[in-house]
Amino acid sequence: MAHKLSIFRGLVTFKSNVQKIWGVLIFLSIVTAIEVAFGIIKPAFLMTPVFGMKSLNWIFIILTIVKAYYIAWDFMHLRDEKRSFTSSIVLPLLILIPYLAFILLVEGDYIYNVMESGFVSWNF
Amino acid sequence: MEATTNLVENENVWGGGNKPLNASYGKMMMWFFIVSDALTFSGFLVAYGFSRFKNIDSWPIADEVFFHFPFLHGVNAPMYYVALMTFILIFSSVTMVLAVDAGHKMQKNKVAVYMLLTIIGGAVFVGSQAWEWKNFIKGEYGALETKGGQILQFVSADSGERVALASFATSQPTDRAQHAADNGLWYVDEATLPTYTVAEVQEGFLANPDLLVKTEMIDASGHKIVLDRAASEAKIAQAMYVVEGANLIRNEYGNRLFADFFFFITGFHGFHVFSGVVINGIIFFNVLLGTYERRGHYEMVEKVGLYWHFVDLVWVFVFTFFYLV
Repeated sequence: MAHKLSIFRGLVTFKSNVQKIWGVLIFLSIVTAIEVAFGIIKPAFLMTPVFGMKSLNWIFIILTIVKAYYIAWDFMHLRDEKRSFTSSIVLPLLILIPYLAFILLVEGDYIYNVMESGFVSWNF
Repeated sequence: MEATTNLVENENVWGGGNKPLNASYGKMMMWFFIVSDALTFSGFLVAYGFSRFKNIDSWPIADEVFFHFPFLHGVNAPMYYVALMTFILIFSSVTMVLAVDAGHKMQKNKVAVYMLLTIIGGAVFVGSQAWEWKNFIKGEYGALETKGGQILQFVSADSGERVALASFATSQPTDRAQHAADNGLWYVDEATLPTYTVAEVQEGFLANPDLLVKTEMIDASGHKIVLDRAASEAKIAQAMYVVEGANLIRNEYGNRLFADFFFFITGFHGFHVFSGVVINGIIFFNVLLGTYERRGHYEMVEKVGLYWHFVDLVWVFVFTFFYLV
């Protein structure tokens, strides 16, 4: 199988597939290290809420999706598959998961407001 | 992959010889399984998010729950251990891709060595997971639970550090015994009793003016609210249970759903890792026996590799939503 050896849109090109694997490992390790560092330090300027969540949490989620992309594309060889095959795997997930997350999180927030502003005490 | 193509070239289309989207039948089915399993996991994680948004002002803070590190007892080291676990799993993913790569080149011995390393990495991960569970179930400090199901933890007024029940609870004579099937009604029994009774903890708290109650509620800056002494004394009068560690009913960390989701999601993921180790083991022995050498291709290693990477992929998300966010 012909492997595509470029990552970051051609910015980095490896000589062999094995080298690419180690390169991706280094990249994933750096991203994990950044996440852990942020998780320990919790910089105060990232605590401001953006779209209902702390901006730090948005950074975590985006970095997670970046990691997921490189695991799927390079470790699971989606980069080497036919475009139609890749799409038939990724598109259902990209459509259904954000949809489910959006609906349930909005609903959870609504229930929180009902419990908070209702006339029933939950803290006793 | 060239080898695979040659093998199926001469089969007719209705016999399964056709390869839609240029992927073999087995690989495509593995991908479809992964898609459906990904939806299952996202269902669990979104349900966790739902419960968390519903209790956004009282959800436990991960750093206050997971702070253990092997051989560093009593040291507050949040995040480091899960970061290590994440790295172990990503690394075992790398050895798996290397095995697949060696399989493409038909290097039997290399495939076997990399498969073995992958299995070891997976086993270490499952072991780490078990250790994490042990700490979670055993608990470190203990807490009280009120009638409304709120958890009351204890902190020192000077340092703000958590204080264990064992360091202040008094000892009162009691003849309360655990109700087991052989000493009471034969058809009912109860769980192990906590080390201390509610009265012992309350008495010890009143005798120690240095102690304060830390509630479940989170203030605007994201910290748990600590009550002043008068409010603390009023609060512990409402206590109903002593909670030590965690089970499926109550846990000393806070909201009951937190422990349920922790057990269910990390347990389901741990089960995936475990079955991945078993399947990797079967394929490893097949490699040793030369099954794929005779078959002419190592596609089976690639398929089990897809599953293994998926397990890694799910952990990346579990790590984010349980420990980081």
